[in-house]
Amino acid sequence: MAHEHKLEIFRGLWKFKSNIQKIWGVLAFLCFITIVEVVLGIYKPDFLMTPLISKFDEGGWFIKTLNVLLLPFSSLKALNLIFILLTLVKAYYIAWDFMHLRDENSSLRRSIVWTPIFLVLYLTFILLVEADYIYNVFKDGFVTWNF
Amino acid sequence: MGSTVTQGNVWEGGNKPLNASYGKMMMWFFIVSDALTFSGFLAAYGFSRFKFIETWPIADEVFTHVPFFHGNYPMAYVAFMTFILIMSSVTMVLAVDAGHKLQKNKVIWYMFFTIIGGIIFVGSQAWEWGTFIKGDFGALETKGGRILQFVKADTGERAALRDFAKPLHEERIQHERKNGMWFVGEGALPTYSLNEVVEGFKSNPNILIRTEQINVEGEKTLLNRQESLTKLKSATQVVEGANLIHNEYGSRLFADFFFFITGFHGFHVFTGILINIIIFFNVIIGTYERRGHYEMVEKVGLYWHFVDLVWVFVFTFFYLV
Repeated sequence: MAHEHKLEIFRGLWKFKSNIQKIWGVLAFLCFITIVEVVLGIYKPDFLMTPLISKFDEGGWFIKTLNVLLLPFSSLKALNLIFILLTLVKAYYIAWDFMHLRDENSSLRRSIVWTPIFLVLYLTFILLVEADYIYNVFKDGFVTWNF
Repeated sequence: MGSTVTQGNVWEGGNKPLNASYGKMMMWFFIVSDALTFSGFLAAYGFSRFKFIETWPIADEVFTHVPFFHGNYPMAYVAFMTFILIMSSVTMVLAVDAGHKLQKNKVIWYMFFTIIGGIIFVGSQAWEWGTFIKGDFGALETKGGRILQFVKADTGERAALRDFAKPLHEERIQHERKNGMWFVGEGALPTYSLNEVVEGFKSNPNILIRTEQINVEGEKTLLNRQESLTKLKSATQVVEGANLIHNEYGSRLFADFFFFITGFHGFHVFTGILINIIIFFNVIIGTYERRGHYEMVEKVGLYWHFVDLVWVFVFTFFYLV
């Protein structure tokens, strides 16, 4: 069975001559990202230890919705946001090039990728809401665990 | 690369609409369901950590050891483990690629390196578990289950129990079933008793207590000498190392989740290694040459990459964030 591989990544910015070259190129890119993550994790620069934007205090329904949509930028430290984004980038390249999803049919690709994305987002939403509630119970309520 | 010649012919039967063989599609099916399982575990970890966000241990103060070296190297060994697993993924892809070109010898070499990489990873993870369980500096646990750690006042470095505990030669021995009530026993006693640690603390003015609480700078709160002496009164036992009931690093859930998630992942790596070994022998004896294609190597490669993918996420949420 002829297996033609697509030989470009970064939307064509980096073209390879053969599949083997593409594999080593992707490895180089993944190692680079991992090194960046590890260095940031060890040194934790101060300017990254705060969220990127602050929440809007007052507003109508539009502002309130905007607050929720911008939660990753207003409630995550910039450093953690960078880690999560870099991890997603690594996951993308492992799935697309090492697991050959780039060469599969788009319908197979979508059925594999969109199912977990939808379910994970839903799960994360539920757990964040509930964890926030529990956190507030311990903070403001009459339950404590500090003696 | 398309699967259909004319419109409307795709789902009429007699062809492969998604252009993948049954085996490959089922492997993807399994991978998606296992990915959801791990997402559930990581989400539970996030939930529990969020609940205790102000007192959770800081990862690069816990995972600081490298085998055969003395010293403090935060994150170094975990970075090495990540690199090994990614490299073994690369050798796996190269094996799959060689399989497409029906180059049997190359497949054999690359699969061999993949298996070696996997064994190094599992061995490293086992070593991490051992170091984690054995413990580092030792700590005291309070009546409420909080952990008190110790710091040297002049240098700001962590102080181990053995640095300041005073040996008092007490009579306490381990209560086993044969030397007490027959139906009651206890685990091995820690190296120092609570009194020895407390007396050692009182007689050494250079040691301060560090609580679990994270302050505004993102560091653990350091109490001054007076506050430390007050806090010491609520200590009830010495904790060394880690198990599922208490650990010297902080919240009980930290050790529980560490064992559970890295254990589950390590189990997947281990079964991946076993499956890789089986396929490796099949390649050597020529099963796939006879079959005409190396698709089994590709399917096993998918499982191995899935294991790598999960590790990337576990590494981020446990050690980095």
